[in-house]
Amino acid sequence: MTSSTIVPVRVYAAVYGALMVLLLATCAADFLSLGVFNVVISLTIAVAKALLVILFFMHVRYKEHLLWVYVVAGFFWLAILIGLSLGDVLTRVH
Amino acid sequence: MAERSDYLAHQFVDPIQQEQSSTLGMWVFLATEVLFFGGLFAAYTVYRFQFPEVFQHASHHLSVLLGTINTGVLLTSSLTMALAIHSAQTGHRRQLMAFLIITMVLGIGFMVVKGCEYHKDYVEHLVPGHSFAFDARYMPQAQMFFVLYFLMTGLHAVHVTVGIGVIGVFLILSLKGRFTPEYHTPLEIGGLYWHFVDIVWIFLYPLLYLVGHHR
Repeated sequence: MTSSTIVPVRVYAAVYGALMVLLLATCAADFLSLGVFNVVISLTIAVAKALLVILFFMHVRYKEHLLWVYVVAGFFWLAILIGLSLGDVLTRVH
Repeated sequence: MAERSDYLAHQFVDPIQQEQSSTLGMWVFLATEVLFFGGLFAAYTVYRFQFPEVFQHASHHLSVLLGTINTGVLLTSSLTMALAIHSAQTGHRRQLMAFLIITMVLGIGFMVVKGCEYHKDYVEHLVPGHSFAFDARYMPQAQMFFVLYFLMTGLHAVHVTVGIGVIGVFLILSLKGRFTPEYHTPLEIGGLYWHFVDIVWIFLYPLLYLVGHHR
């Protein structure tokens, strides 16, 4: 929870291994023809990779809850930005 | 209360509160960065919804191999940055400096690969403007893909460059022995920036390089 938390090297190694597996998986999945699921898979894997980096490399998992609110807020506002933009564009009647 | 030391600013009760405040401030900055890049991601999303086929064809002109290599390079540099901070926490100064150097080299390697890609795009007339040339069936929307590609990767490359500079400063500071197991907050804060830049690329990679299947 504080600066005294030292994450063991094996945790970093495991996270890195998972990141590399996910990278190979997303690259391999791109060579399959899955229609709309291609983008669903690649973005799901991207979110998983980002979560691993945020929680472990950026130590958010080990920080106080107040910080979690700030972290989530940034992405929440991004969701508003993209969500409302699409809400306009996708519902236009030409 | 702990003894006041030279790194503890007078407005804080103790080093823990000081560290928490710095981290919180950095995340507020990163939230603004999320929205800074977010504008481009929103523009990308809107155009991709409108011209899915064009984006697929345009994306096939990018090298998946180079994009994948660069993703691997940046992910590895995030690991070495995390290990650099771990070295500072456990008081291994030489190890800290070694990891900082590796992180910088990986960052520079990323920029070199990116530069080679930009050169390839330039030679293939994929830079938007007068010399842009593309299959007439997908014009002019194909140009929009490359406008977004250059803006997004370009803005990201600026961030990588800043990150390399920040790590360079850390290298000089650790040479002077400024970071100890008790105080290494600047490293943590700089590390957050470096990891954030990595996260931006984690999303740029599938959006720009992995659009639909390749033959």
